Amino acid sequence: MATGTTFAHRHILGMEQLSREDIVHILATADSFKEISTRSIKKVPTLRGHTIINLFFEPSTRTRLSFEVAAKRMSADTFNISPSTSSTTKGETLADTARNISAMHPDIIIIRHSCSGAPLFLTRYVQAAVINAGDGAHEHPSQGLLDLMTVKEHRATLSGLKIAIVGDIAHSRVARSDIIGFTRMGSEVYIYGPATLIPKGINQLGATLCASLEDAVRDADVVMTLRIQRERQNDPLLPSLREYSRQFGISRHILSLARPDALVMHPGPVNRGVELPPEVADGPQSVILDQVTNGVAVRMALLYLVMGNS
Amino acid sequence: MNVSWHIRGGRIIDPANGIDRTADLLVLDGRIAGPAQPVPPGVAEIDAQGLWVVPGLTDMHVHLREPGEEYKEDILSGTRAAAAGGFTGVACMPNTRPVNDSATVTAMIVARAAAASARVYPVGAISLGSEGTHLAEFGEMRDAGIVAVSDDGRPVRDSQLMRRALEYASDFGLPIISHSEEAALSTGVMHEGPVATRLGLKGIPAAAEAIMVYREIALAELTGARVHIAHVSTAMAVDLIRTAKSRGVPVTAESAPHYFTLIDEAVSGYDTATKMNPPLRSAADREAIRQALADGTLDAVATDHAPHSILEKEVEFDLAANGIIGLETALPLTLALVRDHVIDERRLVELLAVNPAAILGLAAGTLSPGAAADITLIDPERRFVYTADQIVSKSRNTPFLDWTLQGRAVLTMVGGAIRHTLLAA
Repeated sequence: MATGTTFAHRHILGMEQLSREDIVHILATADSFKEISTRSIKKVPTLRGHTIINLFFEPSTRTRLSFEVAAKRMSADTFNISPSTSSTTKGETLADTARNISAMHPDIIIIRHSCSGAPLFLTRYVQAAVINAGDGAHEHPSQGLLDLMTVKEHRATLSGLKIAIVGDIAHSRVARSDIIGFTRMGSEVYIYGPATLIPKGINQLGATLCASLEDAVRDADVVMTLRIQRERQNDPLLPSLREYSRQFGISRHILSLARPDALVMHPGPVNRGVELPPEVADGPQSVILDQVTNGVAVRMALLYLVMGNS
Repeated sequence: MNVSWHIRGGRIIDPANGIDRTADLLVLDGRIAGPAQPVPPGVAEIDAQGLWVVPGLTDMHVHLREPGEEYKEDILSGTRAAAAGGFTGVACMPNTRPVNDSATVTAMIVARAAAASARVYPVGAISLGSEGTHLAEFGEMRDAGIVAVSDDGRPVRDSQLMRRALEYASDFGLPIISHSEEAALSTGVMHEGPVATRLGLKGIPAAAEAIMVYREIALAELTGARVHIAHVSTAMAVDLIRTAKSRGVPVTAESAPHYFTLIDEAVSGYDTATKMNPPLRSAADREAIRQALADGTLDAVATDHAPHSILEKEVEFDLAANGIIGLETALPLTLALVRDHVIDERRLVELLAVNPAAILGLAAGTLSPGAAADITLIDPERRFVYTADQIVSKSRNTPFLDWTLQGRAVLTMVGGAIRHTLLAA
């Protein structure tokens, strides 16, 4: 492809495994595929005859749809399975599910699972290439890549930028993939959120934890917000979403501390009025829908590259 | 079965009698004979040159899974694993199905143990069903054979219940073994810290252990009753125990080989054989455990041998059961501390034999004349690769699989009967 680099990865399990060169290569590939989605006939024969299984153990609308659109635009045959994971209806184990799917000889399995490490686990039981579509609070590499792609489109570079990530870092796989991805490309990531939502040792991933929302956002090139949940499994994380929006939300005033042309991003789905007020979410600096568009291109690139390496 | 032996030329390490010298040891009719006793004709010899001859090791914290989960382990298989690892006795925790909370269950365990390869010392439950509400009948269970009480695996939340348990157990001379963990803080699956953050796994903070260790110390101080802290994993808990001991609180404590060998970084591949509770901690915690074993803050090494089958372990990390097997790896991993000059040979024998027996009030851990001939012969140099096909336990859940280990029990004798040997006949 564009960079002439070879892509050495059989599976895409996380941003952690990707070098700077890998990321450049993936983004260049995605860039070349983006045009396909603007044609009147949005289909190329690249993956014709390949079988792709979307194995989604967690509810997902946009990520699953995005992978499916990507696969179909490449002419692959796609199948969606959404096994239940609730412990009360626990049936087959993941290992057995994997063995059964593998017996049908798919080429790629795209997995979303609430348990961190489940995609790696899957690789031990299947012949197919495995792409992580989000595992627990671990990683969401295709989201991280589409975020990189979106920023690169608007800034022309991914180095020397200040990226602010605000919100629930503790439970966010997007935060981990973004921190790894942006720092690997030479930008600096500043994070902020309520202390209840900041995991121990996050600085060891390469991010700088800020003392205030203002410190995080000041002079930022990108303001990324993450979805908030008030409570998880009886763990009282926040007293109210109302207070969150007033103390930690990205108001127009807070956004004015960032660079005038700062990008506002969110991996979605947005809690309107919580992480972002509507005037910011829909404002001129928001690139949230660009993220969605680029998601299809990035996923086309990942499907193409892992198949090229099989 | 022959129960008389002349063990020739070994290094006898018997801390209870202040002995560390090369000498012969005579076993007659299953008991240790005095040094002046003549060797009767026909007594078989065991060549122990180059070997250590030590009091039989006691593992004061194992799960034998019988009754109820015999597909993981049973009393016979678990004690075979014990003998293979050099242990002549094991204290088995009560979290079986049913829970060992009555003399009936205790008696069943004792009866099954008659054919076992090592002595079995049942631990009774603190509360009925280990549910943390009603005290179990300590006296009846003691008469049936228990040596301590514990709700291991189901930490006692109610501090009043724990207070009463300590007081009531002291009436029967039974120590309480506390699985010290504040449940509300312990909803994670590994140690809370940078590694958990990187892996996206929910953490269990060191504070969850320290809070409960301090509660047990405060209650032991209040009641004057003995408390033993199980599987200490954190520097914070070590500090609390050290301070408590210095002011005379009747507290003892153990740690397990995995806590002084591994750290949370081992979880990086989401290998469920690295999932246990308490979890593998930080490098600083591991160092604190090593120091505490050396300076006497920690009294014993116990394995927390917790067999699980692939049904519980070949699953996502979040869903996997806690625990690893440990009986066959404890001795070589503790010997590594000797090679690293953390402890000396005498201290190793104290940690694995003398102190566990003393804490549980057992007539074991000594080579005194007249004592039962529970003896372990150790080859401190012998290397072996711990492969799956040589595991004696029914289960294979160990993070030490395929490790090259140095030092091994080459003969295990219980009451003069050889229960394990790697020596040529």
